[in-house]
Amino acid sequence: MKFPSAELVHLDNLWFQVTGTLCNLACTHCFNRSGPQARSFGFLTLAQVQEELETAMQAGVKEIFFTGGEPFLHPQLPEMLELSLAVAPTTVLTNGMLITNRLADRLAEMERKARYSLEIRVSLDGWTEASNDALRGRGVFKQVLAAIERLCQRGLLPLVTVVRTWDEREDGAALESFGSVLKSAGYTRPRIKLLPALPLGRELERSPQSGANSSLLSEEMLEGFDRDLLMCSNSRLVTDRGVWVCPLLIEMPAARLGARLQDAAPTYELKHPACLSCYHYGTICGNVSALIEGPAELKRP
Amino acid sequence: MTRLALLGGIYSNYRALETALRMIEQRGADGIYCLGDLGAFGPYPDRVYPLLRSCGVECIQGNYDNSLAGGLADCQCGYTDPRDNYFARLSYAYTFENTSAENKAWLASLPMTRRLEVEGWRILLCHGSPRKLNEFLWESTTSDAFLEYLLRLADADIVAVTHTGIKWHRRLSAGRQFINVGVLGRPENNGLTHVVYAELSLERDTAKVEFVPVEYDFRALAADMVEEKLPPEFIETILTGWWTTCLEILPHKERARGRF
Repeated sequence: MKFPSAELVHLDNLWFQVTGTLCNLACTHCFNRSGPQARSFGFLTLAQVQEELETAMQAGVKEIFFTGGEPFLHPQLPEMLELSLAVAPTTVLTNGMLITNRLADRLAEMERKARYSLEIRVSLDGWTEASNDALRGRGVFKQVLAAIERLCQRGLLPLVTVVRTWDEREDGAALESFGSVLKSAGYTRPRIKLLPALPLGRELERSPQSGANSSLLSEEMLEGFDRDLLMCSNSRLVTDRGVWVCPLLIEMPAARLGARLQDAAPTYELKHPACLSCYHYGTICGNVSALIEGPAELKRP
Repeated sequence: MTRLALLGGIYSNYRALETALRMIEQRGADGIYCLGDLGAFGPYPDRVYPLLRSCGVECIQGNYDNSLAGGLADCQCGYTDPRDNYFARLSYAYTFENTSAENKAWLASLPMTRRLEVEGWRILLCHGSPRKLNEFLWESTTSDAFLEYLLRLADADIVAVTHTGIKWHRRLSAGRQFINVGVLGRPENNGLTHVVYAELSLERDTAKVEFVPVEYDFRALAADMVEEKLPPEFIETILTGWWTTCLEILPHKERARGRF
């Protein structure tokens, strides 16, 4: 079968798998099976981050993202964030468990000094202790709400990311419930980003029906579709084992495109069901859920 | 010297447009350009068109204009938050219903971008970004590196955009500049009620950008909006200068500066 392919049009988003898949939690829906024992990917060094930031800057990168695993397990993450913020707006995706008062102080200071936005994306997957902790682990709900409060007290407005584990038609009510729980935790104007559950990693075991629809993207589906919206046409992921096409496909060896950014292959075949999620929901990994599609006026050079 | 007035989204704020055009006449300008989004948000959408035509304002299409002209289902802002979507739809439906067929046809006739060559400067005017009609370019989420890329892509020395609703300006390598001209449609989420446009003064070796604050009769606009039964949330923005809707698209810095 011939798969449709996407070419890197421009490196809008550079992702760092900064702590590999090492995490202090083992969420039951984790799409890349991160956890305390998950060592399929390791830590990036400060030098690696620095080198790839330089390459990305030359390429005209728009935004930088740090993910894992849990990025704050890396002892040098604050230094990395500072380096990154000097180049471009920077986002860190965290479970919030390690955000102490001291770290919150440092993040707030970093944000104040930077020209660009620092986005702290904190995961919360249930609006009750029971529903959240069933997915994310015992005691997590309370600790994460406390971390969110710490950030808010310092003027930071974390982007609370929520994976949809309910029927799409209940989104309105769910968002309202998340809003009120965050408000009562001291977050007076909560920013919430809703994400679809991805048919990948542990989610396939938690919710076997999520993998049932394993249909793939076809050329016909992409006809008239703005391919620039797909992560593979605007993003790359740097790991300690090389450069991957996107954070979703980290478990797929075929999604490795090269050793370093500058020699990574520009083209990728869209042959995984997760590519369909990207197609349906837009670049879900970005901070704004861009369902945005407009006529492009200029031809690329 | 050549002086250009660059207007951002008007969002049906015909009162601010009227005031701005008077100011431009007094200050003097060699050309007046509007970077799109003529309708949206405000009252009586058809009132901006005669003003634009009588003053010879050269317009390009914004995402709103593109939607109105093409009879699309929404404004193409891409909101996902249900509350933002609710207000965006309400505003779009009102604007669609109250924009004449003649004005929609005129919108359809507008170009998507304009290129100028003034005093040796190559200028590109576009709505969102040189590569996309509805790309949001905020000050705090647009890196210098990315702007350098966009200017190369646009093959221009100066690029001017609008779309986000908040003005900013950056100088780049080799004297090149990037301007988000702000909007005349609504205040920019800073607690002040005035709106803004940009004035670009060009000489062979210098290009100077000045953001001109436009103090207009915002209370009269609010009264119009009440008359037209537009949502109180929109009227609050006009009266207070704080955004109350469509907040999800704001990056951290721009959001933190606001009240909501």
